[in-house]
Amino acid sequence: MARKAYSLFDRSILLPAIRASFIKLNPVYLARNPVIFVTLVGAVVTTVELIFASMRGKPVGFPMQISIWLWFTVLFANFAEAMAEGRGKAQADTLRKARTRTMANLLQSNGATKTVAAESLRKDNVVIVKAGEVIPADGEVIEGAASVDESAITGESAPVIRESGGDRSAVTGGTRVLSDRITIRVTANPGESFMDHMINLVEGAKRQKTPNEIALTILLASLTILFIIVVTTLKPFGLYAHTLFSITVLVALLVCLIPTTIGGLLSAIGIAGIDRLVQHNVLAMSGRAVEAAGDVDVLLLDKTGTITLGNRQAVEFLPAPGVTVQELADAAQLASLADETPEGRSIVVLAKQFGIRERELHDFEKAEFIPFTAKTRMSGVNINGSQYRKGASDAVSEFVGAALPEMVQACVQDIAQKGATPLVVANDRKVMGAIHLKDIVKGGLQDRFERFRAMGIRTVMITGDNRLTAEAIAREAGVDDFLAEAKPEDKLALIRREQALGHLVAMTGDGTNDAPALAQADVGVAMNTGTQAAKEAGNMVDLDSNPTKLIEVVEIGKQLLMTRGALTTFSVANDVAKFFAIIPAMLMYTFPQISPLNIMRLATPHSAILSAVIFNAVIIVALIPLALKGIKFRALSAAEILRRNLLIYGLGGLIIPFIGIKLIDMIIRAVGLA
Amino acid sequence: MHAMGWIQLAVFTVVLLAVTKPLGLYLVRVLDPEGRTYLEPVLKPVERLVYTCIGAERTREQDWKGYAASVIVFSLIGALFTYALLRLQQFLPLNPQHFGAVSPDLSFNTASSFTTNTNWQNYGGETTMSYLSQMVALASHNFFSAAIGISVAAALVRGIARQKTKLLGNFWVDLTRVCLYLLLPICLVYAVFLVSQGAIQNFKPYATAHVVDPYSVQIPEKTAGKTAMVKKEIATQSIAMGPVASQEAIKDLGTNGGGFMNANSAHPYENPTPLSNFIEMLSIVAIGSGLTYYLGRMVGNQKHGWSLWSAMFILFLAGVMICWWSESRGNPRLTALGVSSHQGNMEGKEARFGVFNSALFATVTTDTSCGAVNSMFDSYLPIGGLVPLFNMHMGCNVFGGVGSGLYGMLIFVVLAIFLAGLMIGRTPEYLGKKLESYDVKVSVLAILIPSALALGFTALACVTKWGLAGRGNFGPHGFSEILYAFTSCINNNGSAFAGLNGNTPPYNTTLGLTMLVGRYFVMVPVLALAGNLAQKKAVPVSSGSMPVSGVTFTLLIIGTLVIIGALTFFPAVSLGPIVEHFLMVNSTKLF
Repeated sequence: MARKAYSLFDRSILLPAIRASFIKLNPVYLARNPVIFVTLVGAVVTTVELIFASMRGKPVGFPMQISIWLWFTVLFANFAEAMAEGRGKAQADTLRKARTRTMANLLQSNGATKTVAAESLRKDNVVIVKAGEVIPADGEVIEGAASVDESAITGESAPVIRESGGDRSAVTGGTRVLSDRITIRVTANPGESFMDHMINLVEGAKRQKTPNEIALTILLASLTILFIIVVTTLKPFGLYAHTLFSITVLVALLVCLIPTTIGGLLSAIGIAGIDRLVQHNVLAMSGRAVEAAGDVDVLLLDKTGTITLGNRQAVEFLPAPGVTVQELADAAQLASLADETPEGRSIVVLAKQFGIRERELHDFEKAEFIPFTAKTRMSGVNINGSQYRKGASDAVSEFVGAALPEMVQACVQDIAQKGATPLVVANDRKVMGAIHLKDIVKGGLQDRFERFRAMGIRTVMITGDNRLTAEAIAREAGVDDFLAEAKPEDKLALIRREQALGHLVAMTGDGTNDAPALAQADVGVAMNTGTQAAKEAGNMVDLDSNPTKLIEVVEIGKQLLMTRGALTTFSVANDVAKFFAIIPAMLMYTFPQISPLNIMRLATPHSAILSAVIFNAVIIVALIPLALKGIKFRALSAAEILRRNLLIYGLGGLIIPFIGIKLIDMIIRAVGLA
Repeated sequence: MHAMGWIQLAVFTVVLLAVTKPLGLYLVRVLDPEGRTYLEPVLKPVERLVYTCIGAERTREQDWKGYAASVIVFSLIGALFTYALLRLQQFLPLNPQHFGAVSPDLSFNTASSFTTNTNWQNYGGETTMSYLSQMVALASHNFFSAAIGISVAAALVRGIARQKTKLLGNFWVDLTRVCLYLLLPICLVYAVFLVSQGAIQNFKPYATAHVVDPYSVQIPEKTAGKTAMVKKEIATQSIAMGPVASQEAIKDLGTNGGGFMNANSAHPYENPTPLSNFIEMLSIVAIGSGLTYYLGRMVGNQKHGWSLWSAMFILFLAGVMICWWSESRGNPRLTALGVSSHQGNMEGKEARFGVFNSALFATVTTDTSCGAVNSMFDSYLPIGGLVPLFNMHMGCNVFGGVGSGLYGMLIFVVLAIFLAGLMIGRTPEYLGKKLESYDVKVSVLAILIPSALALGFTALACVTKWGLAGRGNFGPHGFSEILYAFTSCINNNGSAFAGLNGNTPPYNTTLGLTMLVGRYFVMVPVLALAGNLAQKKAVPVSSGSMPVSGVTFTLLIIGTLVIIGALTFFPAVSLGPIVEHFLMVNSTKLF
């Protein structure tokens, strides 16, 4: 799936969203959202009132306009939600297209295979998939290895290797085997597969309200009840003052006062948050996980792949006495030619800097390459009667049959102390010198960690390296803490320890042995290349399998919460201006002396009330882009963020409606609506 | 707005600031069952005796339900006791004026009123209550209700400060210690001081004084079913007596507000001198102010305590200024007739206190839930009268009633953090405690039910015969009287707009119910909140945590209190003081 960030007003989303806005008028559906439900009831009441008024031959211009705008308020709120859902649906549709009817080669107990429809597969069935076939269901490779095209789910066209055993055994239904043949044990029943799950998620079909959304909904509903009481009691207060407030006006006041802005946008903000994650190729298993990501204050980052580039690079040649750097570089390169690992390649590249470039191909005709084995812990080449080797210092020492020269020994120790890896190169019985292999820390991380620190988030690096190495890398990367010589169970213990102190922990993992830690962490991001167990334990899956993504995940979580808070504050602050627009208007007929209270100088009572109602409706639409995109995320301390956002959305929420209502009033007058 | 006023305001502020920390520190000791005070040698045996009487097993720490149940049981017993005493007043001693039994509805109203720290008085003290009723039935509640408020506030603060426990302290211990170590000693000194200023303290029957200049009045007299005006010569005047000073001290210190005399602190026997006036105002806000320091100390964030203090102080200052400004301008209608506005609007104010000290007292008494008055709000200009109403609409949480001010304020803090706290990119947390559905539910409950009841009863009174009959004025001013009465009762303030005659069965009943709901439908949710917060684990505070101090936070709290607390009542208020103001300014109407 090529994940596309849909432009806000893409026609393919806009039109269905408009249709959905009307379908969502169903009161059963709207009851989930108490604020908008009350608005709907208000719209119905004013409409009924309007019908009675017209039957009695009363003027209907004003009540009709109020009524229309109340309906629009509900529709706009529905539209906001439909827009957010529409963007998810568009992603889901692309996913669905990728899913074709597939057949599966079911392995039967007698060892024969039988061709069945993929939908008939059940958990624990075993199937065989050959090159060119589509994997029929989620499963685990139990035999063989194959390259698999997973672009259908990751959008990444480069094939990946899937093999039995180890941490790359999980396969996803709907992806295609490109080479070889693998035997797969099915791990998901139809309808429960990863792809189904993913479609449901991005579509928001089974969206549950998150705990914070529930709490906020309770608060918004309570404010709504409070304002219902305020407005209801206004009727008898009016009777006391010999002022007859019409139902239409009271409903208009009510709808303006209840928090329709956040009520209308709340679910859109939540859906958009999950959608933003999807655009980053991360699938959150629940909205709750996204929220938790915002709360996280400890990040456990695996050294390899997250903090370092994942492989060591040669940075220096340290020749033995009587050997020139060129000679060492030459020997090192020869010894590494057969080494396809990134480390080996980096030695070849570094040697090139010493002018060792042009090698005659015929030199190698008789070359015998010695690959690296766990037993010899060396690799190299036998060429023209010479044996070139490179490897761990003790292995090379054994190879030459003597202790390393004192100076080389010193270099080796020095390199190890710096947290790097030393390799020793030998030519026949002669030790040529040492190679300094260094972990390369990814660029820009230090800055990022610095900003995290400002936000009160602690970064902890996890590595299997020894303390010395770990400390050096931790210092270079700028993480706050590190856990060296970490075994998987240490990770779990660390998470428990941090959680006991009240911290919320996020981590990434891919292996089966990561699964307990992933499950324990508040946010566990499993790599898509990881095992099925890891994916099930985590509450998010990163389709790109890029552990650095954890940082973005946290930022998206925070952005989601910030957006929700900003629009809530804005919505509540709006009430002040609405009071000043509507209350003077309501009293103007009985008490014309109250006109100075009409501080916005709105033209007439009708235009004032209508302007407030229109503002209240239009602001929902105006804020849809903000709700979907999220407010600007800044990595600052909480105090600073609060000050900034309170200024923009709190103070802004106080002032903007004054301006907006005044402008609408002027337009209404100009057009002659009231 | 003259220089003397500014100086007094400055002095008042400085002295208030000065007493806040020592009082806060003292409260820390008082509210710690093991806390040691200087009074220990004298009072510890008394404290032990109390515990022996109630049973040592009752002094173990309680969870929120246990605490709440104790509060309610104790309050209920107290209320029934007071009701009985008032009903049987004529048979009991210390009744030199031979006052008869108090009517059932008034007894209910009064029992509710004093039990809930409201001290709304639908009676004139010196014409209704025997000395025994004043001292035993009423003054005892002045101590107990104040101590209950402080205890519940302490329970909430413990809930915030503690982690992973259900226990909030013990109500009986808190109650005993607050009475013994805090209220009684201060009141003892305070009462002596008041006597030194000229307040009375005796059990004498009322004195009769001969007026210097006899005069005659027309009074209506019913003869043979007809009412006729009869001329009556006035040559003597009854001078009420009684144990006033002792009651006055706790009336202010415990933010009770129920005066011994009908005229409350405007009466020279209750509030004789400018100095006594100053000390009375100070004593009304002192404990509320000290409790903010107590909060800061207990949660280990003194800046948080001071930020709440600042928010309260800013709102207090705004109230004083507006009220003072309004009253010092004088009545524009009278000015138009050529009356000098030099003195400001002096109707209903004591000449001894003048405009500034009346405005300051009015703000102090309604910012807190005291309700004592030294001037009559009914006679304030509309904007001047709006200030006390607005203060109460904020929940009497500015310094607030003893204890109730702090816990009322903390409810708004929870709501403010819940509404705006998300903006920092975390789910809302207060001092490391995550605020979740349950916390929100109980917090809004504490605001929703009282507001609903106050508005509902006001609406009912507005459209019923009994409701309208109680008014002393018509038009918006009459509406203000009704609205004020229910607002005052729901917030357990007890000050009256005067003017309203509430001593009728329907008003006695509705106002009595309002007071009970305003007290216990806040206290129970507050304790539930405390219980829930106590169970939570605190997230360690970092630069990513919600800031609970500083200018931003202070403004956030003010904004929440004004927008959610007070502006909810804007539509109602606009039909009262606001309309009245514009009618007064823009037409010639007066009410």
